Amino acid sequence: MSFLDKHKILERRATLLLVVSLLVVTIGGIVEIVPLFYLKNTIEKVEGMRPYTPLELAGRNVYIREGCYVCHSQMIRPFRDEVARYGHYSLAAESMYDHPFQWGSKRTGPDLARVGGRYSDEWHVQHLIEPTQVVPESIMPSYSFLAKTPLNYANIAGHLKANTVVGVPYSQDMIDNAKADLEAQANPDSDYDAFQERYAKAGVRDFDGNPEQVTEMDALVAYLQMLGTLVDFNLYNEAENLR
Amino acid sequence: MKSGFLTLLIAALAVIALGAIARSSDPLLVQQAYIVGAVLVLALLFAVRGTAKELANDTLARSGWQGVSAKNKPLWVDEKYNDTIVRYGVVAIVFWGVVGLLVGVVVALQMAWPQFNIEPWLSFGRLRPLHTSAVIFAFGGNALLTTSFYVVQRTTGARLFGGALPWFVFWGYQFFLLLAASGYVVGITQGREYAEPEWYTDIWITIVWVAYLLVFLGTLFKRKEPHIYVANWFYLAFIVTVAMLHLVNNLAVPVSLTGIKSYSAFSGVQDALVQWWYGHNAVGFFLTAGFLGMMYYFVPKQAGRPVYSYRLSIIHFWALIFLYIWAGPHHLHYTALPDWAQTLGMVFSIMLWMPSWGGMVNGLMTLSGAWHKLRTDPILRMFVLAIAFYGMSTFEGPVMSIKSVNALSHYTDWTIGHVHSGALGWVGMISFAAVYYLTPRLWRRSSLYSTRLVNWHLWLATLGIVIYASVMWVAGITQGLMWREYDPQGFLVNSFIDTVSALHPEYVMRVAGGALYLLGALLMAFNVYKTIRGGAWDRKAESDPTPTRDAEQAGASAAPAGTAATA
Repeated sequence: MSFLDKHKILERRATLLLVVSLLVVTIGGIVEIVPLFYLKNTIEKVEGMRPYTPLELAGRNVYIREGCYVCHSQMIRPFRDEVARYGHYSLAAESMYDHPFQWGSKRTGPDLARVGGRYSDEWHVQHLIEPTQVVPESIMPSYSFLAKTPLNYANIAGHLKANTVVGVPYSQDMIDNAKADLEAQANPDSDYDAFQERYAKAGVRDFDGNPEQVTEMDALVAYLQMLGTLVDFNLYNEAENLR
Repeated sequence: MKSGFLTLLIAALAVIALGAIARSSDPLLVQQAYIVGAVLVLALLFAVRGTAKELANDTLARSGWQGVSAKNKPLWVDEKYNDTIVRYGVVAIVFWGVVGLLVGVVVALQMAWPQFNIEPWLSFGRLRPLHTSAVIFAFGGNALLTTSFYVVQRTTGARLFGGALPWFVFWGYQFFLLLAASGYVVGITQGREYAEPEWYTDIWITIVWVAYLLVFLGTLFKRKEPHIYVANWFYLAFIVTVAMLHLVNNLAVPVSLTGIKSYSAFSGVQDALVQWWYGHNAVGFFLTAGFLGMMYYFVPKQAGRPVYSYRLSIIHFWALIFLYIWAGPHHLHYTALPDWAQTLGMVFSIMLWMPSWGGMVNGLMTLSGAWHKLRTDPILRMFVLAIAFYGMSTFEGPVMSIKSVNALSHYTDWTIGHVHSGALGWVGMISFAAVYYLTPRLWRRSSLYSTRLVNWHLWLATLGIVIYASVMWVAGITQGLMWREYDPQGFLVNSFIDTVSALHPEYVMRVAGGALYLLGALLMAFNVYKTIRGGAWDRKAESDPTPTRDAEQAGASAAPAGTAATA
């Protein structure tokens, strides 16, 4: 067993043991992760993806803060039943602006990757305030405080800017108008043409039904209502993107 | 001196917390600062008391402890090793263990009856990370810190390196836990499973972790044995790999230096694989490699037999650390992750079965010639049970990583059951057994206060795990099958909510399983407390030489010293 005898060299040198261990554990990660950054077919080519609007981004942060991802996935697998239940299977491109990703790992509640547009705003607001009022058997906690909590968006431009650092293509125009855009999206009486020019397909509504102020409920519902609505699957070419 | 430094450190941190309250415009940060500040003020009181005591002891030490009876001398006087930190660590393990399990029972109650959610601080979405972090990083992390400090000193013959540095590691780690836990309840999270703490907490733990590596490596450099014992290979690999995983997975850009929020460096599919490369190896290195280090020291000691095979331990070590790191993609089967990566993850997960069972065999066979001790020694029984659960969950894991099995099990409670048979069975049991091993030795008692209570703990915990794991299998498979059930016309049979209400009985039984496990841990806390306090039952107490109150205990402390040879 000369091979194992040679192991004595490692057993007698702490630094060498440390360095060799570190080398051994880096290999797997390098082989699996690094190619994802340069293989072009990792992310499909699709039409329609855009960065989140400031209000949607703020809503997404509420989603993350409340730990929604511990019970809801945002990743539809390509199975007959999942496609029937939730819609087209999820594409990598659909989370390309997600820092961090929110695919989730457990479905205590249903998948939300395409929940956008499935229910009315009123349904979402009611459901978040008291889930059992619309789904009696639900075990979801209630989030009534969201409707009462004003959204803290003083520094929303800073959030957009941080996103550009990690690669989300927000333009300078978008950053400069972030705060105005956020307010415009939650107010159907505002002048929102420029906003919709910047963010295609963005819905402009008073999401929580309370015109007094922009609440966390507004933001969260705006986020939920856009989930999975950006890619037009009539234009998506599946054969072209086989991996 | 040490307590003096600690007092100053706590005071400085308290000032920072106050500063955050006064200056920050971020309401979440202010809420967190209030919690942290309150705990620090409490800690400050204890630290000041500790400093006063230490000053008094310094005077006595200069006089050579004249006039102080042996019974009243502090334990650390004339100790060869730094065991004071290990004593602190044992208390921390027990404390965080009970906290983590208690939060676990609470979140289990919330899933059975949503009325247990108290918005916004105590709702499931915030308590679940608190539970996982309290169990993994607080309970498991303290078990790793504490036992590694004990084991590395015993197997090198050297005192811990770095003077006060180990104390910085210990208290720095507790402060990290406080930051993480207080952040979760007020809603500070990165939204990355098992890596929830935000960027500033991540930076703090990085500093503490580098200090930990320095202490461990420094002690290895000081060793008086020519060889580094196998337990230390595992501890070393755990420390360095966790550092690598933590640094890469938590790369993020903060929005501002006075705010809590950051955005991760990676997005979407790349972010997913980085996260599960981290997430799976938090299991592989935090919850496996480190605890295997524990196994390689404590099982031979408690059994009074040398490690079964030296060669097997070499193969076990290198194969385990090489293969584990590849297994992450099995968390992303059938997702938008490219197929080649999924398949690679699956293949390596299945291969991983071999080193896992190699380690299990090496641990179990260490009992060769000592199997009879299982009849009289519940601590050894606990070690063996831990290894058995390790074997079971490392068999179940590769099965679940097969794509067609995963298609059913993913997103369901089957995964939760699997995690718990590993965490409760392997990590929990081996940590409890190590606490039982350490407590009488560290406080110089003849034995534990009660061996019978250890036995009660063992069976309560085992019953709890069996209930937990089996109801989660039932729940997971039920839900997985209900999701894909079609009627003859080709329509889905069940709405989603049907598949939720169907699980209510299982969720109620899960509470029962978890509560039994918690009850066992409370018995341990009581037993450890009584052992530390000492009393008439302790045969080593010089003041009272009465015989033991429990004749069985003779068997429990029979493990001869020095049997875990360094080869």
